[in-house]
Amino acid sequence: MKVFLKIWRQKDAKAEGKLVDYEMDDVIPHMSFLEMMDTLNEKLIVQGEHPVEFDHDCREGICGQCGVMINGRAHGPLKNTTTCQLHMRSFKDGDTIYIEPFRAEAFPVKRDLKVDRSAFDRIIGAGGFVSVNTGQAPEANSIPVTHEMAESAFDSAACIGCGACVATCKNSSAALFTSAKISHLVKLPQGKLEARKRALTMVAQMDRENFGHCSNTEACEVECPQHISVLNIARMNWEFAKAKVLK
Amino acid sequence: MELNAKIPPGPLKDKWSYYKDHAKLVNPANRKKLEVIVVGTGLAGSSAAASLAEMGYKVKSFCFQDSARRAHSVAAQGGVNAAKNYKNDGDSVYRMFYDTIKGGDFRSREANVYRLAECSLALIDQAVAQGVPFGREYGGYLNNRSFGGVQVSRTFYSRGQTGQQLLLGAYQALIRQVAAKTVHLHTRHEMLELVVVEGKARGIIVRNLDTGEIERHSAHAVILATGGFGKIYYLSTLAMGCNASAIWRAHKKGALMASPSWTQIHPTSLPQSGGYQSKLTLMSESLRNDGRIWVPLKKEDPRKPNDIPEQERDYYLERRYPAFGNLAPRDISSRAAKERIDAGFGIGAQKNAVYLDFSKAIREQGKEKIKEKYGNLFSMYQKITDIDAYAEPMMISPAAHFSMGGLWVDYELMTTVPGLFALGEANFADHGANRLGANSLLQACVDGYFVAPYTVSNYLAEEIKTGAIDANRPEFIAAENNAKELLNRLASIKGNKTADYYHKKLGKLLYDHCGLSRNREGLNYAIAEIKKLQEDFYANLAVPGSAQEMNGELEKAGRVADYLEVAQLMCYDALTREESCGAHFREEHQTPEGEALRNDEKFCFVSAWGWNGPDEEPLLVPEPLTFENVNLTVRSYK
Amino acid sequence: MKKELISTLSRKYLMALTGLFLCFFLVIHLLGNFQLFLPPDQARESFNGYSKLLSGNIFIKAISYILYASIIIHSLDALLITLFNRKKAGKYEYDKRGAASKWYSRNMGILGTIILVFLIFHFKDFWYQYKFGALPVDAAGNKDLYEIVIRAYADLWYVLFYVLAMFALGYHLLHGFYSAARTVGLYHPKYVNLVRVFGTWYSYIITFGFAAIPLYIYFTHY
Repeated sequence: MKVFLKIWRQKDAKAEGKLVDYEMDDVIPHMSFLEMMDTLNEKLIVQGEHPVEFDHDCREGICGQCGVMINGRAHGPLKNTTTCQLHMRSFKDGDTIYIEPFRAEAFPVKRDLKVDRSAFDRIIGAGGFVSVNTGQAPEANSIPVTHEMAESAFDSAACIGCGACVATCKNSSAALFTSAKISHLVKLPQGKLEARKRALTMVAQMDRENFGHCSNTEACEVECPQHISVLNIARMNWEFAKAKVLK
Repeated sequence: MELNAKIPPGPLKDKWSYYKDHAKLVNPANRKKLEVIVVGTGLAGSSAAASLAEMGYKVKSFCFQDSARRAHSVAAQGGVNAAKNYKNDGDSVYRMFYDTIKGGDFRSREANVYRLAECSLALIDQAVAQGVPFGREYGGYLNNRSFGGVQVSRTFYSRGQTGQQLLLGAYQALIRQVAAKTVHLHTRHEMLELVVVEGKARGIIVRNLDTGEIERHSAHAVILATGGFGKIYYLSTLAMGCNASAIWRAHKKGALMASPSWTQIHPTSLPQSGGYQSKLTLMSESLRNDGRIWVPLKKEDPRKPNDIPEQERDYYLERRYPAFGNLAPRDISSRAAKERIDAGFGIGAQKNAVYLDFSKAIREQGKEKIKEKYGNLFSMYQKITDIDAYAEPMMISPAAHFSMGGLWVDYELMTTVPGLFALGEANFADHGANRLGANSLLQACVDGYFVAPYTVSNYLAEEIKTGAIDANRPEFIAAENNAKELLNRLASIKGNKTADYYHKKLGKLLYDHCGLSRNREGLNYAIAEIKKLQEDFYANLAVPGSAQEMNGELEKAGRVADYLEVAQLMCYDALTREESCGAHFREEHQTPEGEALRNDEKFCFVSAWGWNGPDEEPLLVPEPLTFENVNLTVRSYK
Repeated sequence: MKKELISTLSRKYLMALTGLFLCFFLVIHLLGNFQLFLPPDQARESFNGYSKLLSGNIFIKAISYILYASIIIHSLDALLITLFNRKKAGKYEYDKRGAASKWYSRNMGILGTIILVFLIFHFKDFWYQYKFGALPVDAAGNKDLYEIVIRAYADLWYVLFYVLAMFALGYHLLHGFYSAARTVGLYHPKYVNLVRVFGTWYSYIITFGFAAIPLYIYFTHY
């Protein structure tokens, strides 16, 4: 099948970028979207042009490195799917495909489709952990956790940190990302001790990183590859309020 | 050259305690004067960096990904082993040790393996304390499941994302230290050279992948936790960026490589569907707990899998290995699949796969139970193939997965370069010729959390008086120039073939001749072909742009340049080992039934290899293996 | 990076709490207005008496100040949040993000502005008239607000303006009610569902209840 691509090209963080047109004649529906991009790059390299820089690594939807806006949607047209797991069978012969980087004030573009998501690391650094040193741990079964709570904590912990929630949010809010970690840890007895401090410091860091307000449109949950629930945001709000009041 | 594994004295079960009791310590006040470089932020790297920083050392951590959380440990699905015996099914440290030694086909060191099993207990405790949400029983206690190659349930899991959850635990521990400024984390930095000063590892040269800048970093010890290099086969279950470069460049500076050809080919990956394909997605081995593997009894059976009646199916693993059935170890399962596929019974469009069937499990346990256990795997399968695996069997096929080989290390995980340590998959130590499922997460964690803090301290205790290492020493400048020279060379060829083109060619050569089965003729052929490919690479490689900017193609080219050299060593390694063991199956050495035939008299050793220069044959340095606690038996899973 | 004085979450709390108070007020307002559906004479007596009662009570007076404050804070906070978000948000050349969420959840600002414009007219029509206008007096001696209400809906286009504004309010509530519940931290899935169902019914009843009044008056009196 044939597709027409309009890809954002930008030489570096400071340069002006623009959409550039490319044509692909030999696309196979079973190809993954990124394999289509590989094929394009092969062509560009042989022509001596700089290939399109895009983030990717594991290509099985778990590392969270890949992620672009495809036809105006984070990770493309499918719900709850990473860019690397999107296949060309989701497009039709003759389609025009717009490919842009994830955009937000907090995610500056580095080159072409690559953006800087280090803000996420700093949010985790502000308290997204249990303060336990190696060697301090007690016997594992001395901390019972109900099956349901462990599963629920897992659901929150499954976040891959790709940034689709921010990219799809009209406010570029990082509420889903931040709340997933806050609620993962508050659901477990191990994380409860530091819950109040964590809620305050992580939210403060999130604000410092230039993310917008959450306005509960729930687009983030729809695009999240791990289907992280927006109820985590409610949990964060609750924990934050509790911490503020009881501070 | 003689290799000394530095195994502590005493009975097997006391060796690690003995070591810990006698290892040299560093006074807390002195620790902050000592710097340690950790390359890689996977489970081994993150856990080592975090643990050493918690102790008070100054740590510099490096990864090529844009966040430490993305290292490929994240992709491990199935679980992590620990001899907790929570299931009361007779498990013990010794039994786990024995399973691992036997699973590795008696080609690993007893003392290392015993320590691995021993430390597994503490690892589960540590991970739970960090908030890793392991699967739980309804009563609130930890659950586990069984995995390939063993007869007890000792695999702890977080649904199908155990690697992710363990890595996030280690990542969070690391980031906590970064926030506390005890670790200086450099993401998007790739190691290009090891700097050796007066015989000791003293630093590394790295490239900032965002800007192209070359940086020198010095330290009192260097830890490589850079993972495996299965990506050398191009099509593999590994991430696109996984590479051998860090360990290979250390190898060229004097660190021996051990058993580089021992690559685990994983039995349950998705089959290749076309030439454009960039990776083979793994379906967790845990699926074999409930899935049954079969091919049609009739060649080229055109019927759909659900239309083939029970009596016309060949459940070949259950047939050949009745005791372990679908849970036979990976090397055996992969080879059995290859045997059926090569014999013409393969299924799928390319006739390169076998079925993994859940209908019996769904009938017996209900769809909901199966969904709870493997939901994410089934939906991943559907996304990639467009097939609903609840309704019809999955199609699976073997794929390159794990490097049992790597830098040779002693009991302290130190390489043959003093001060250079290798942790996790980057080293050769615990898995022998075949790794058991759910032991890789374990090894990475144990190396990083529990072994390195003792052994690195033991080394650093001698470095208290050294003082800061000057990164302007001639050795650093020479290493930097060396790195720049290679980058500029690659960027200036300006040929017409991409790095991927060479990588794919190399991968195919290796898969065909140094993959699931090997023979003398094929290996010799492969060595000659790789040399030709290498010449072509340096004549016709195309890398657009320069080394002074973000340049993904240059990164790839550097990795392929190393792969072309590693591949030759792999073939030498396979060629000189005239026996079959674990993942290394030499067609010349097999039983009449087609099982691997070990030669304990001549090959009960680890092949460690030294670098003799680009055009020279490598130097073989054997490390004899002595077994005092187990009998070398024929590994039987029948 | 400058430190924000008030966190994004606190600002959202302010939106939610003022919004929820306004939601509560709407219920009381609607219940009072239902008196307009009584037969004309009875409605006049009852409605005017009710108005008198509200304006005389010190407790109600206090509530009314909270009400005015809520409206002002809710609007100003919304303005601040919107301006802030606009600065932080990514902009795309080709944008189909809307496919992942409901249109009214993304356009609370526009809906809110319509409601604010409506409120200006609404206050002018009734609140201003009642407080400062020259009103006729009914049989019981109370100010005849009922008469003002009937006169207000004489024009069809004005009735339609009211009805339209009520639909804007309806969509605003449809998102606003459970969004507020989420912002104040209602996270248990069971109660979240309950609130969502409740909020939907609430929005329908408020919208159709208020919209029915001008229509009823227009069709019964003109």
